[in-house]
Amino acid sequence: MTTVSTDRGPHHRSAERRPEDALAADVLRVMRPDGSLDPAADPHLSDAEVLALYRAMVRTRVVDERAVALQRQGRIGFHIGSLGEEATIVGSAFALRPQDWLFPCYREFGAALLRGLPLERYFDNLFGNAGDLAKGRQMPDHWCDREHKLGSVSSPIGTQITQAVGFAWAARLRRDDVVALVYFGDGATSSSDFHNGLNFAGVYRTPTVLLCRNNGWAISVPTERQTASEGFASKGAAYGVHGVRCDGNDLFAVVRACRDAIARASRGDGPTLVEALTYRLSGHSTSDDPKAYRPEGEVARWSELDPIERLRAHLVARGQWGAPAEAALHAELAEEVRASLAAAEKKPAPALASMFEDVYAEPPWHLREQREALLAGPRAKGHGG
Amino acid sequence: MAQMNMVQAINDALRLEMKRDDRVVVLGEDVGKVGGVFRVTAGLYDEFGDERVIDTPLSEGGIIGTAIGMALYGLVPVPEIQFADFIFPAYDQIVSELAKYRYRSGGEYPCKMVIRTPVGGGIRGGHYHSQSPEAQFIHVAGLKVVCPSNAADAKGLLLAAIRDPDPVLFFEPKRVYRAAKGEVPEGDYTVPLGQAKVVRPGADVTIVTWGAMVYEALDAANKASAEGVECEIVDLRTLWPLDIDSVVASVKKTGRLVVVHEAPRSCGLGGEIVSLVNEKAFLHLEAPPVRVTGFDTPFPYTLEMEYLPLAHRILPAVLATAKY
Repeated sequence: MTTVSTDRGPHHRSAERRPEDALAADVLRVMRPDGSLDPAADPHLSDAEVLALYRAMVRTRVVDERAVALQRQGRIGFHIGSLGEEATIVGSAFALRPQDWLFPCYREFGAALLRGLPLERYFDNLFGNAGDLAKGRQMPDHWCDREHKLGSVSSPIGTQITQAVGFAWAARLRRDDVVALVYFGDGATSSSDFHNGLNFAGVYRTPTVLLCRNNGWAISVPTERQTASEGFASKGAAYGVHGVRCDGNDLFAVVRACRDAIARASRGDGPTLVEALTYRLSGHSTSDDPKAYRPEGEVARWSELDPIERLRAHLVARGQWGAPAEAALHAELAEEVRASLAAAEKKPAPALASMFEDVYAEPPWHLREQREALLAGPRAKGHGG
Repeated sequence: MAQMNMVQAINDALRLEMKRDDRVVVLGEDVGKVGGVFRVTAGLYDEFGDERVIDTPLSEGGIIGTAIGMALYGLVPVPEIQFADFIFPAYDQIVSELAKYRYRSGGEYPCKMVIRTPVGGGIRGGHYHSQSPEAQFIHVAGLKVVCPSNAADAKGLLLAAIRDPDPVLFFEPKRVYRAAKGEVPEGDYTVPLGQAKVVRPGADVTIVTWGAMVYEALDAANKASAEGVECEIVDLRTLWPLDIDSVVASVKKTGRLVVVHEAPRSCGLGGEIVSLVNEKAFLHLEAPPVRVTGFDTPFPYTLEMEYLPLAHRILPAVLATAKY
């Protein structure tokens, strides 16, 4: 009987998440340290596209920081952001074609904004007001938007994975050229839905892109406590699902990896598990203080790989960007945020009676009874109408 | 009219609806080539092919999770869970996702399917092939729950459920799958969800029940009749939203209520029915409402016929209520 050691030594077991991981040989990278692009992997974005994506990433961060401030001021109850993960989120959403669908986790409002969710609607969701597409029924950042082919955010981890696989499977059964891209974090790879989703995707060769945002942490638990395997993309092999790792802080690498995966799915070659190596620069959410569990030095080292800084350096090297453009962009975004926020914050809460709508297509007798009792009670006056 | 048992009637409904609506897809463990472990989907694979009658990996969570995705795409999935006892790996997908999709998305994403699954004891299946978990699904907002007692209702209720805009759990009482034989209308018809049926009129005691226990109630009612007590039996058919008007109308007539179900007593649907009757017909009651149910134990193997609320347990409850 042979004993196989699975211990890869203290380096592997280190609690510290090292930026070097994102530079490993098997990780797809396009941007070089000097800001130039590797021609072998370059997705060949136009100048206008790169500028639009830079704008979208900065917009995501500006909105993110504003949402944190709103929570700190007590104007919203909660926010879960994407600080440091903007290239992964914006680049992957950009790679989708108009007919493709996106199944969010809960950290991808930047993808929703890129696909066309109006900023005011996003703020409506943060306030849970009458303008919220989810009618104020979910926490902030649990949005949905059918018009822009954005699924509905759920808090339980990983549930969207099997759903995205089923959705893409249905498209394939109907002979429609539609790909579903689903986001999840490294923690979700421990869920039964990850297993179920990968397994069904592999068996039925569904046109699904399974995008794992490996940001190093699941609230306070590091990647090493989610898996003993070397990364997550390799898990695809056991399911017959193609796996790739990309530098998630390299916009071009994310676009390239996702475009390849979408093309593969579209031509009938099945699903791809894309592992984007990135880093959660913030806490898990506004309810979390990461100082309690992770070393400051780790954050500092990953900040040097900030995806927005890297893309800006590239744009500067290309001669497409400078301080005046940066200042103008921030001024424009500040005004957009101010106006959208002001409009959203003015809106009333959802009407009291709306609590009973959409449980079923039509409210049955017991919900009608409960609604009538509430509307006849002391809270009926002055709440929402 | 044709003579059919419940297995044949459900099969007939599935075939009819799959012909009528090409969005209907059946998926589950062993539902394809072999036609299901109870043969409910027999012949459908040959008729509709492997893209509409799909043998899946052995994973209830995967079946329901992917079926939700299919429903969001616009298909009408009718997944089968081989035994209701095996449904719990899919519980999160059913209660947190399927049941909540329409609500949590503000109506952006209605999500409907019919989950078929055999329930109930009396087949020597032990704990993991015998349970009746209806209350665990009724308690979470957003689901409809159906449990037919006979072949004609099974067909009409299943057709209604597949066409319903909301997610439906369709519980099939496996003990009477083949025993519940009767006339089943040919072709298309529906039995509306939310409507109970009085299967035996009577003036003295109301028995509310469903599924396989309808037959035990009928047996007890015949024996009670010999002792001069006439039972009215209300077969709920749809467990949620339940037909409270029919229950209350019957109790107002008899003044006495016995609820019979296989599931454990505490926090069971019987408790809810008794509460509703207390709220809506208290002054008509001549006796305290009584529950005759499974016990608050796991479902036993050897002693299953002592666990089940069979006629020999229903009869004394009926007589005591009548004499109260």
